[in-house]
Amino acid sequence: MTDPLLAPPKKNPQQRSTSPTRPPEMRSRAALGLTAAAAEGRLALQCCSECATWQYPPRDACVACLSNDLPWVDFPPQGQLLAETTVQTSPRLYYRERVPWRIGTVKTDAGPMIIVHIHPDVTPQSAIHLTAHLDRAGQGVLVAMPPQETPNAMDAPLMRELTADPKHRRVLLTDARAENAPAMAKALKDAGAAIIFIGESESWRPYTARAALQEIGVEFMPLDVTDTLSVQTLAGEIGGKTDILINNAQFVRPGGALARGDVGFAQNEMDVNYFGMMRLAQAFGPGMCKRTADEANSAVAWVNLLHIGALANTPEYGAFAASQSAAHSLSQSLRSEFRTAGLRVMNVFSGPTESDWFASLPPPKVLPQSLARDVIKGLQAGVEDVWSGDIAKDVRDRFRRDPKVLERELTFGGDGP
Amino acid sequence: MTTLTDLAASLASGTIRVVDLTHTLDPDFPVIILPPEFGQCARFRMEEVSAYDHRGPAWKWHNISMSEHTGTHFDAPSHWVSGRDVPFGSVDAISPKNFVGPVVVIDCVAQSNANEDYEMVIDDITAWEKQHGTIPNGSWIMMRTDWSKRQGAAYLNMREDGPHSPGPAPEAIKFLIDERDILGFGTETVGTDSGQGSHAVPPYPAHYYLHGAGKFGLQCLSGLDQLPATGAILIAAPLKIKDGTGSPLRVLAMVDNT
Repeated sequence: MTDPLLAPPKKNPQQRSTSPTRPPEMRSRAALGLTAAAAEGRLALQCCSECATWQYPPRDACVACLSNDLPWVDFPPQGQLLAETTVQTSPRLYYRERVPWRIGTVKTDAGPMIIVHIHPDVTPQSAIHLTAHLDRAGQGVLVAMPPQETPNAMDAPLMRELTADPKHRRVLLTDARAENAPAMAKALKDAGAAIIFIGESESWRPYTARAALQEIGVEFMPLDVTDTLSVQTLAGEIGGKTDILINNAQFVRPGGALARGDVGFAQNEMDVNYFGMMRLAQAFGPGMCKRTADEANSAVAWVNLLHIGALANTPEYGAFAASQSAAHSLSQSLRSEFRTAGLRVMNVFSGPTESDWFASLPPPKVLPQSLARDVIKGLQAGVEDVWSGDIAKDVRDRFRRDPKVLERELTFGGDGP
Repeated sequence: MTTLTDLAASLASGTIRVVDLTHTLDPDFPVIILPPEFGQCARFRMEEVSAYDHRGPAWKWHNISMSEHTGTHFDAPSHWVSGRDVPFGSVDAISPKNFVGPVVVIDCVAQSNANEDYEMVIDDITAWEKQHGTIPNGSWIMMRTDWSKRQGAAYLNMREDGPHSPGPAPEAIKFLIDERDILGFGTETVGTDSGQGSHAVPPYPAHYYLHGAGKFGLQCLSGLDQLPATGAILIAAPLKIKDGTGSPLRVLAMVDNT
């Protein structure tokens, strides 16, 4: 078993923080399917559609029949550790600062022999359970885990590199007024977050959830994502100790362009949902990027809560969905901008949530507790995309099947003028 | 021109003092809160365009945005449905002579301290007149409550049944309009009406009667404690916004210091 990770001691102020470095990023286009699956927590390999042979490493033509139809399919994770070595030094800066590093060869039950990272709880020459994770470069890698869960497995240095676990980390939740704030704060507390900072806008305006938040034990900080100065001020205050930023500030109103008749709410939606994310990124991003290798409580993840309308417009909330598309697009830009530092951007897509402004929609709706649970699970797994609730998963699948068909289904008209 | 020459001399010597009655335009200053399905009053916001840097090497400037009714602001007659047809009812059309005038301060501090929902009544006005004489026509009337000294949540004083702050009783406003032909009415609270004014008949009586009669409003004023009960001159010129229903502004008063 792994020793439980203790809360990191106070930093020695005279010691240089470890610089952010990354494992190699380059992959062939064919290999990126592994990353795409790992980005949502799945282990997938290519499987020939003609002869059903599993492929490893990824390639453009089947190793058995030369077919080029090699779709990525979820891979059975059972296998046996055959051989291993522990790397003691490396020309690569990232590994140099993290040796010893255990790697080895696994014979999978499905066939392929695969080179993998090995979790310290795996016994030599024993059965393993294969998992896929994103590394600090944001690329999919394979890890041999023990076949049964072991205590504190996610506390191992290897897993801290591959995940964004809130344990012992300091989290900023940007909007105390959001209906999901208490559930989110509670889930973070239960997951072992060291400090939960929570942004509170307009303290001159009372709100009922404040007492519940106080009871959970959060630190209220003045923050309004529509006010650049307030974002900059808070970043000045806690930007150097924000390890995970969860942007739960969101402005929602129903209706598309014609239903509203003015751009007022649309401006609010863009100001909170799009510009708010940009203001946070400009203020907090650079500091977080500098601290991605900073011991056990390093800066590790940036989380956006997005509505599934970001993928394909949901006309009942048409104008809001447009702001979600803008936010989604910006999140992709942030992924690129944070990539060099290894700071992960995790998008959590959900359908309508159980909240005031989606009250007129029929179920199913995502409960605040479910959303919070999925956020924590996503961080603990270190993924980039989380699909929370049935509607988000359904829209995702239909989007992947045919975006135009989905668009047409979502934009049916009514009868008569 | 003797009067103006005298004025200039008095300003220079300090026998006439200029008092600022304006709150700072601050992103975190409270604004009126309406039910969330209605459009809201935009807060004051400021985005830096450049600050002597690569975005503009020798200069610093900001883009600002806000509602016509953010911060210390002026209400024109066209702000209210009752004043929609008042001629020259928008800020750009109001005659500039209305922007400078005498100001009368009715002290309701003790009453408001005792009752946060205090409504100024006709008796408060007649009591004032007993001491200082009849309110001259064309005056600004200021309801002083010292509410501007409140900070944070105590300012709007919002509870589940809405905000609680003092304001004028409907009949007091009618009296000032019909019997004293005032120029306008000003308060230290977020609006010219009391916090619970939406429950009066008509709702928001100060807004309804003032603007219907072509009178003006000033709200979110500060420093009314620096004004004498009578004898000061108020300068309150809104921005010249095309068809504007109001405007943030700098409200100043000239006060005799002798």
